[in-house]
Amino acid sequence: MSVITVERIKLFSTRSPWWCMIVAAVLTIGFAALTTGFLKGADEQRATIFITQPGAQLSQMVMMVMAALAVTTEYRFGTIRTSFQAVPQRTALLLGKTAVVAFLAGVVGLIASFGAWGIGNLFVSGADLSIDTPAEWRLLAGQGLIFALSAVIAVAIGILIRQSAGAIAILILWPLLVENLFNLIPKVGDDMAQWSPFANGSSFLNQGQDFGLAGSQGDYAMGPWLALLYFAGWAAALLTIALISASRRDA
Amino acid sequence: MIEAKGLTKRYGATVAVDNLSFEVKPGKVTGFLGPNGAGKSTTMRMILGLDTPTSGDVRIDGQHYRDLRQPLTKIGALLDAKWVHPNRSARAHLAWMAASNKLPKSSVDKALEMVGLTSVANKRAGAYSLGMSQRLGIAGALLGDPEILLFDEPVNGLDPEGIVWIRTFMHRLADEGRTVLVSSHLLSEMALTAEELIVIGRGKLIAQSTTTEFVDRASGTTVKVRSPQLDQLQGVLNQQQLVTRIEDVEDQGKVLFVEGDTTTDQIGEAAAAEGIVLHELTLQRGSLEAAFMQMTGDSVQYHAHDEIAAVTDVTAVPPVSGAEVAAGPKEDN
Repeated sequence: MSVITVERIKLFSTRSPWWCMIVAAVLTIGFAALTTGFLKGADEQRATIFITQPGAQLSQMVMMVMAALAVTTEYRFGTIRTSFQAVPQRTALLLGKTAVVAFLAGVVGLIASFGAWGIGNLFVSGADLSIDTPAEWRLLAGQGLIFALSAVIAVAIGILIRQSAGAIAILILWPLLVENLFNLIPKVGDDMAQWSPFANGSSFLNQGQDFGLAGSQGDYAMGPWLALLYFAGWAAALLTIALISASRRDA
Repeated sequence: MIEAKGLTKRYGATVAVDNLSFEVKPGKVTGFLGPNGAGKSTTMRMILGLDTPTSGDVRIDGQHYRDLRQPLTKIGALLDAKWVHPNRSARAHLAWMAASNKLPKSSVDKALEMVGLTSVANKRAGAYSLGMSQRLGIAGALLGDPEILLFDEPVNGLDPEGIVWIRTFMHRLADEGRTVLVSSHLLSEMALTAEELIVIGRGKLIAQSTTTEFVDRASGTTVKVRSPQLDQLQGVLNQQQLVTRIEDVEDQGKVLFVEGDTTTDQIGEAAAAEGIVLHELTLQRGSLEAAFMQMTGDSVQYHAHDEIAAVTDVTAVPPVSGAEVAAGPKEDN
């Protein structure tokens, strides 16, 4: 798998991916410290695993930025041409990049979620933070899958947009703003929001959790594993479009 | 061998490369010559499979670039020295290229050594001067020890030392029996580097020939003769149906110029037969610039204002004093 080696060397031979990964891990763990560290008395008793994870979405964004940059910087500096010259089988090369970036994002997702859970355990005494329901395992371990799949989406957007600022704007505005704005549209808005890709990513993680202090969450369009499949379907579809477009376009 | 057949690239209404057919012969340095914007880079990108031709195709030893499995071992290229990540070291840049074609790690050190970048290999490429970037680009092209090499304007923007280095390097590559295609708009550079020429203008082929033939055909050759018995010699040569004229040349007195299809051998022998003393007998070539201006005159895409163009024409007059150059561009091939 030479394309994996190629993309691994590329990614680790510049500094910004390292920074993104460190920032991503630190954000989730740091937020967990903030949300659990100041709990007192009765609130402390009500702490759940869920409240150790509020920083995860932010970390997910950071990893998406890293994933998009892994593509767009190649376009910006022209190395994509050197890459296509070295490996004219563009689909294989870009799949290699996607695999490397998604794997790393997944690992960072796991470090972030379990790290945050560990910090929560340190700060909270008296509440039960042990992982003992399948839903709790899904929340923590599933973070790895969600990070990896959102990295795939980010790579696809990066390939399609080819430009850092544009790709990052889409990747941040879409999950944070656009999907929430759907709710404001009368009649169809609720359905649109529920069927949005990132909403289903969250729904995979959140269903069946003890939200505790965080209050209740909205309705879900489908069960957790179907939601994950649906999110994965979006990632696969976007990546397919991106790969077809990259193969046809002039580099 | 690189073979292009009817290669055409259109961007909307603009035709960048127009029905271009040529061959790059193995084991030689071929110059790819044309004014700025003639379609040289586009053609090179199509050779490397980066751009898809609108019609026609180009093959490397009978294969399309996109079908090559380890392309760097077959054809190395430097299209733009800026195509490196500025925060990546030269070594890392070459390392991923080597990995992509399953080349041994030692090939990276070898390539760095060859272009003399070993001592700065771990510095980030963004800190390199243009000359160093160019060397890194060449190292990338040589990484897979390919038989064919493609260079796009390799001397552009380089200082004299860099130019000389590139020039000697090209000769070395050709001496090693490699096929080199090097594009340039600098004709004098091509005269020094290339044996063969492919000349294009506005995306169309203007000529494909050896460099010598190209200059000969475009501006002809003239034989310059100095002799104390000029008039007698002129008579002899005129009897042999040769076109001659005598001119006063500064510091040299009267000089006889013989034009057309002739050689110094023929004139020397004619003079010896008549016992005429010769002080000088030289073959003078038109410069490549003159030939080029004349052949591509109509095909320069962006013409300067007339006055400036006129000045350019004056400077483009070949050093052959008074040599008549055929008017109008010739359509060769």
